[in-house]
Amino acid sequence: MHKRLERTGFFFCTPYIIHFLVFMAYPLGFSFVLVFHKWDIVSPMKWVGLANFVRLVHDSLFFRALLNTSVFLAIHIPLQIAVALFFAELLNSRIKFRGFFRAAYFVPVVVSGVVVTILWQQLYAETGLLNAVLTKLGLGRIPWLSSPRWAMPSIALMATWKNVGLYIVMFLAGLQNIPPELYEAAELDGASRWQKFRHITLPLLNPVVVLVLVLSTIGGFSLFIEPYVMTGGGPLNSTLSAVLYIYKQAFYFYRMGYAATLGFVFALIIFAVVALQRRFVEREVYL
Amino acid sequence: MRRVLLYAVLLAGALVFLYPFLWMVAATFKPEVEVPTLGLIPSRWTSASYRMVLERIPIVRSFLNSLFVALSVTASVLFFSSMIGYALSRLRFRGRELLFGVILFTMMVPFQLTLIPTYVLMVKFRWVDTYLALIVPGTVSAFGIFLFRQFFQSIPQDLIDAARIDGCGELAILFRIVWPLARPALVTVGILTFMASWNEVLWPLIVIREPKLMTMPQVVALFAISGRSEALLGPKLAAATLLAVPVLLAYAFFQRYFIESMARAGLKG
Repeated sequence: MHKRLERTGFFFCTPYIIHFLVFMAYPLGFSFVLVFHKWDIVSPMKWVGLANFVRLVHDSLFFRALLNTSVFLAIHIPLQIAVALFFAELLNSRIKFRGFFRAAYFVPVVVSGVVVTILWQQLYAETGLLNAVLTKLGLGRIPWLSSPRWAMPSIALMATWKNVGLYIVMFLAGLQNIPPELYEAAELDGASRWQKFRHITLPLLNPVVVLVLVLSTIGGFSLFIEPYVMTGGGPLNSTLSAVLYIYKQAFYFYRMGYAATLGFVFALIIFAVVALQRRFVEREVYL
Repeated sequence: MRRVLLYAVLLAGALVFLYPFLWMVAATFKPEVEVPTLGLIPSRWTSASYRMVLERIPIVRSFLNSLFVALSVTASVLFFSSMIGYALSRLRFRGRELLFGVILFTMMVPFQLTLIPTYVLMVKFRWVDTYLALIVPGTVSAFGIFLFRQFFQSIPQDLIDAARIDGCGELAILFRIVWPLARPALVTVGILTFMASWNEVLWPLIVIREPKLMTMPQVVALFAISGRSEALLGPKLAAATLLAVPVLLAYAFFQRYFIESMARAGLKG
């Protein structure tokens, strides 16, 4: 019986082990080979030592992509946390139609990024919907996607609109887990609304805040279809994202070795950023 | 007064998230010159945008491709991941903890690292421009395994022991006894896998160049940036609408499951 179960257990796992070896272990190992080679996939691979890394530290487009990602994250993360917390707080009060509102805010989350991008391209157009609203309000037009200064912030705004529904739901779940006695006790001690928020709500929502941070960071470094469809990385490379740059090096210029090197370095940066975020933001929650 | 304000803000929020979609659908029925207007009602209804999409790109074929790929991936993820989740939670074998550690590790690997080498693998297998490239790399999901393992741990051991004494094999136990009890986990993994596969666009752009095999988001994205849409707004929005409708329909019927699944994925991942 025992032996049979042991064999079955192993047998059940063989599909995963094969899949892991082919689609995870091999690519990981092969990426270590690629970063030391120059290769256009057609002609034989050529060993170049550390040339790819040397190229990378002198590549202004690599740093441009890093800068663009930082701009994206600097706007996207605070905006996302603020908007999600705001609506989650509102939904957490005693209201009717909570289900409807929650479902409405969630719609952009389920819709494909391609749809959202095509839609927002029209909203952001020079004579598009948003500028029409702005002119109606007596304000000037904004060059949403045509100015290098505005393009990345515009994409960050759109990404927030697309994703925030998910974080509203997560924050709402977090808020509903906070025992009301904590607030009652604080009220007895004369705590203000802000104090209650600052010293009870925010610390107890720490796990969700960390999650939003980490997921948004990974999202920022994975940005692809939005600049690909909306701007092609322009104007003046102001929306060139990490993945779009890898894609261009690999499939416009067929530099597989250099594209793999970019992927390798971006992956290390993601690891480092996420580790730092956990180190400095994550707190133990005692409840 | 406070309550009125509260509802006003909530409603304004709903409008911000929903109105663009309403506008998009309305715009696809407007004559091209009226597309940028704010309103929803066209001066004259026209299906010209949709006709152009249907003539210019293989949108129906790409819908069927996407459906086939997403269903294949989802079915195989449910099958394999639940099998492995069952082994990890209910069967003892040597190397089990190591394997679980490996699975947790793979969940943390950024795809940027494996993207190019996996493409090279597709070239070596001669899978470029085949369904295999779209389906096989996604047949097992580490996250799915993780979720099934957690869920299966809550199923009473007595049920499994009783079935074993009755002479049931482990596969029969998994599919006849454990699966019916694990509906929430199946729904969660099913929805997440299907959505991820349906919405994926970077990978199809890399491995599929043959128009007949392209997935729906891929075809729509390429239409939006290519000359074939002639920079007309109506047809681009019509293509986007066709891409959105299947998911929106599914969401309308199963919204509670969508929301719970995706929120759960975030919280556990």
